[in-house]
Amino acid sequence: MNAIPGRIAPAPLLSVEGLTKWYGHVLGCRDVAFDLRPGEVLGIVGESGSGKTTLLNCISGKLTPTSGEVRFDTRRFGLTDIYGLSEPDRRRMQREEWGFVHQNPRDGLRMRVSGGANVAEPLMNLGSRHYGNMRQATIDWLDRVELDTRRIDDKPRNFSGGMQQRIQVARNLIHGPRLVFMDEPTGGLDVSVQARLLDLLRELVRDLGLAVIIVTHDMAVARLMADRLMVMKGGEVVETGLTDQVLDDPQHPYTQLLVSSVLQI
Amino acid sequence: MSTPVPARANAPERYYNYAYLDEQTKRMIRRSILKALAIPGYQVPFGSREMPVPYGWGTGGIQLTAAIIGPDDVYKCIDQGADDTTNAVSIRRFFANVADVATTEDTGEATIIQTRHRIPEKPLKQGQVLVYQVPQPEPLRGLEARETETRAMHAYEEYGLQYVSLYENISAYGRIAATAGYPVMVEERYLMSPSPIPKFDNPKMAQNEAVMLFGAGREKRIYAVPPFTRVRSLDFEDYPFETQTWEETCALCGAEDSYLDEVILDDAGDKMFVCSDSHHCAERRAAGHVGPMAGHTLDQDAALKEPAQ
Repeated sequence: MNAIPGRIAPAPLLSVEGLTKWYGHVLGCRDVAFDLRPGEVLGIVGESGSGKTTLLNCISGKLTPTSGEVRFDTRRFGLTDIYGLSEPDRRRMQREEWGFVHQNPRDGLRMRVSGGANVAEPLMNLGSRHYGNMRQATIDWLDRVELDTRRIDDKPRNFSGGMQQRIQVARNLIHGPRLVFMDEPTGGLDVSVQARLLDLLRELVRDLGLAVIIVTHDMAVARLMADRLMVMKGGEVVETGLTDQVLDDPQHPYTQLLVSSVLQI
Repeated sequence: MSTPVPARANAPERYYNYAYLDEQTKRMIRRSILKALAIPGYQVPFGSREMPVPYGWGTGGIQLTAAIIGPDDVYKCIDQGADDTTNAVSIRRFFANVADVATTEDTGEATIIQTRHRIPEKPLKQGQVLVYQVPQPEPLRGLEARETETRAMHAYEEYGLQYVSLYENISAYGRIAATAGYPVMVEERYLMSPSPIPKFDNPKMAQNEAVMLFGAGREKRIYAVPPFTRVRSLDFEDYPFETQTWEETCALCGAEDSYLDEVILDDAGDKMFVCSDSHHCAERRAAGHVGPMAGHTLDQDAALKEPAQ
């Protein structure tokens, strides 16, 4: 390798190698490998059933892969295979350093407790025991995701879908994670709400210098959010590259189909 | 060589094994109790049996009592602190019947006290056993419905979630308004539901001399707090744990430091506060303590002449 003198490439935050998941004899995803550096936004696109969510679940520690490694630069253990950690260590690492924004806010929020408590929960999970401080942090974050702070004690069901998604975003960012997974974060929203949420996400990600892995089937979302794209089909990665490069000059026939199928108005 | 066991007085009408449960079941429950005592606050699964009362009426407590009771024991049973409520009377009679034990209302002389919703006011002594009837042993259940998940949370000491309920309380009421079943940490390791006793009684669990056993019949769990164990009620740094207080005193015995029940007297809004621990109250009255309404007899004629507005 030719190292450029005076310049050190940042160590990867997340390094995936040979990741394969079989559901019995059905393929989830095969031989996926990539590195993610701090502050980088990686988009995973592909049609439904292409293995996007399987891949995301494997990377985020929810689904044990059949083979392959997922190494994450943990604060306590350095770059280490997350499936090699003991369960309590892995759960702790997930709580402390990751966030996960679900497509359906009902999966990511506790619907029985107020929006404010939902946002504050990660702080309590990390050992915060001062109500006043947590309350203030919650209000700050609700403000940051452009929600009415007077509605802090309303239950999630009393918020609209877009607002619920904002609560979920606040809940997943309040504890200062280094890596956030997003599974179709704008999936169930109408177009105008989608646009505003995307705008907000983009701003937050840039301001916080977050690394994000975002799964989507929406090329517009990918274009707006992602620095780099991975195109999946039938469980395999068929094309990777910078977002603009992949979308403007697709090489693989499937990617060409995907890009050309976007509705132009 | 063993001496023959003298026949019991009621031998002809005895249908049941001693203390109702068969010996193998009692042995199984005793083993669970030993494990529970060895790991304070840990919920031990056990093979809960059908009892001759419905779930929710104290099947867990009855099975615990049945497993530890012997003919020399003196048994007391209270419900909401009172010895004379239907459930307490029935369970007391049940054990008088199937275990041939002496029963008492005196907290001091009882060796086994089965309780629902209260810890007696009189401090318990070494040698006594307090048996709690528990409807829901899992303190995290209201927030996390999955048993697999709550078990993992106990195993890995992930108790942040419990604070969410306290947070909700403060944001809704401005203080921790939960009054019963207030969660506690046992020996700074296991989070435990103290059964629905009022939080007024929570401090009594800490460093208690008596053995405390908890039984949940429907949920099939036994847990325990051995004598002289640390028990801490959860709270926030800026909202410390507090017990209930009353401005009133007991209307009958004048007690200022006991847990009081509010009793509505008529439709006009008159009410009285009385000790929920009936034996504690009776003992104080016998000792000459007089509350503001003591000695007052109901004048039924006057009530009829002047109906409430």
